[in-house]
Amino acid sequence: MNGEAAIEVRGLTKRYGGRAVVDDVSLTVRKGEIAGFLGPNGSGKTTTIRLMCGLLTPDAGEGHVLGHDIRRAGRAIKREVGYMTQRFSFYEDLTIEENLNFVAGLYGLRPARKHVADTLAGLGLTARRHQLAGALSGGWKQRLALAACIMHAPKLLMLDEPTAGVDPKARREFWDEIHRLAADGLTVLVSTHYMDEAERCHRINYISAGRLVAKGTVAEVVRDAGLTTVVLEGEALAEAARRLRGADGVDQVAPFGATLHVVGRDGASLRASAERVAAETGSRMSAAETSLEDVFIQLMGDAKDTGR
Amino acid sequence: MSRYFSLGRLIALLAKEVIQMRRDRITFAMMLGIPLIQLVLFGFAINSDPKGLPAALVAPTQDRYTRAMVTALELTGYYRFTHPAASAAEAEALITRGDVAFVVTVPSDFGRRVARGDHPQILIEADATDPSVASGAISTLGTVAAEALLRESGGEAAAAEASAAGIEVVVHERYNPEGITQYNIVPGLLGVILQMTMVMMTSMALTREIERGTMENLLSMPATPLEIMLGKVLPYLGVGAVQVTVVLVAAKLIFDVPFVGALPLLLLGVFVFVAALVILGYLISTASRTQMQAMQLTFFFFLPSLLLSGFMFPYRGMPEWAQVLGEIFPLTHFLRLIRAVMLKGADHAGVAQPMAALVLFVLGLSALALMRFRRTLD
Repeated sequence: MNGEAAIEVRGLTKRYGGRAVVDDVSLTVRKGEIAGFLGPNGSGKTTTIRLMCGLLTPDAGEGHVLGHDIRRAGRAIKREVGYMTQRFSFYEDLTIEENLNFVAGLYGLRPARKHVADTLAGLGLTARRHQLAGALSGGWKQRLALAACIMHAPKLLMLDEPTAGVDPKARREFWDEIHRLAADGLTVLVSTHYMDEAERCHRINYISAGRLVAKGTVAEVVRDAGLTTVVLEGEALAEAARRLRGADGVDQVAPFGATLHVVGRDGASLRASAERVAAETGSRMSAAETSLEDVFIQLMGDAKDTGR
Repeated sequence: MSRYFSLGRLIALLAKEVIQMRRDRITFAMMLGIPLIQLVLFGFAINSDPKGLPAALVAPTQDRYTRAMVTALELTGYYRFTHPAASAAEAEALITRGDVAFVVTVPSDFGRRVARGDHPQILIEADATDPSVASGAISTLGTVAAEALLRESGGEAAAAEASAAGIEVVVHERYNPEGITQYNIVPGLLGVILQMTMVMMTSMALTREIERGTMENLLSMPATPLEIMLGKVLPYLGVGAVQVTVVLVAAKLIFDVPFVGALPLLLLGVFVFVAALVILGYLISTASRTQMQAMQLTFFFFLPSLLLSGFMFPYRGMPEWAQVLGEIFPLTHFLRLIRAVMLKGADHAGVAQPMAALVLFVLGLSALALMRFRRTLD
């Protein structure tokens, strides 16, 4: 394998009842990078992650994770990968400390007591170690899960929508922690559907309806999408939005507070339509940067069209 | 650390399971409470040798022989004549409605025949919808009748003796049960209680992990199927040991069930039986997605095994095909084993066959469970 890749998979496919949930996904994640894995709900993110950490067997495709064959070396992968599930999946009827003891025991960490004590101290939960894990708030559960996943010092961390249902401050701290870990050499693959989180990744991979439809840095993905965005400002934005929907070259119309974002692939006809509507409704039109969110919404719409 | 088994990992799994068990107060209480409650309840309630059952008497002529006969029947304790002077039609209605369990008919020529040394007859109709109701009452009849007449006839010995010997008790019965006694029920209850609690609780143990989503996490960590199975099964084996102790001590103290066989042999049998049960529960666990499914599968298994194992109905009284079906339940073999050891004092050789069958269950079920276990989430 190529010494720089932590994950390298080709043509991964997983079908459930004839429907391809993951369809020919090829993915490369370099060592030490934070790779974002994006896509709407039900796009196949979780299934892809499970395929890569040996929890599911692919129907087609092959690849290596940390140099181990994903089809044959599931056990080796499990020992070197930390996988944080989407739903809190430690034991809610066990205390924080008991959960960590359990994990330390399963990975055969020696001395277990020291590993657990260090982890508790790192979390700042030493004083609350006898509290049941089920009694923790969402943010704390997530921190506990992360700490438990990295206790055995994995080389690769796979996080499946780790920040779902967590408040902005806890999210910010979580991402700071992810960047600290990556700086120490850990490779991280994190799935999310938050755009601000995607922008904190080194590289992103966008999956939609089981297919990988875009990859690269945020700038690359935005550039490759080739979208044009204009903004309308004025008094009659609702009327402007109504007139713009379905107009020539207009793919998306989205109100953002006092402005209206208009996005389209065909720049020339988009500008023409927007100028006409701006004049009709007495709005001002100006060019704007296309955001990652605009790109994703565009990609989602495309996937639906081809999926039919 | 070995590839397929590590004691450290098993200990981690066991510790976790025991903590969870201890923390689930209701389940824990049930594990200890159920055996005791069921034993006391069923031990006292299930009585296959019931006494004082209501009976109707149809006796057109109330001569002394008839009265003697009726008194003798009452003295057995089985008959309680609630309708002592019924007509044949009334009696028929009573037994049809289930108001009485027996109708005793003493024909009008009964006394005359006794006196004459002829062959007297009485008819006893038993409501055998529940066959065990009638068995005890009927089994005493022959001697009761003979003795009653012998006592009554006194001086007129010759004629009466002749007729007593020839007395014919006509019994209309539609079933021929084994004589089940309470001694038979209590050891059987041990098997039934163990089966219910062990299979059900183990069957939910693994399914609970799937339902709560912790299975995904467990599978992503380096635990092997064998370790996961032992981690789930061993704690329940421990619970089984506690239940066995509770039931055996209660059997002795409350019901005074005789114990003629060797205790170590019995415990060995119980151990193998419990092992078969927890592994069966684990197997159910691997086949179910939710705890509800596990529960349903458990009951699907539980009821036929209860009915066909020889606990509820005499095994040998069942048709051949049902007996063959009964062989597939561990309970059937366990009942043979425990009854043989506790009540008949059987030794190793005497229980070799049921013991071998139980061991076979353990091995077969383990293999199946390990094969069925999904190492992945597929």
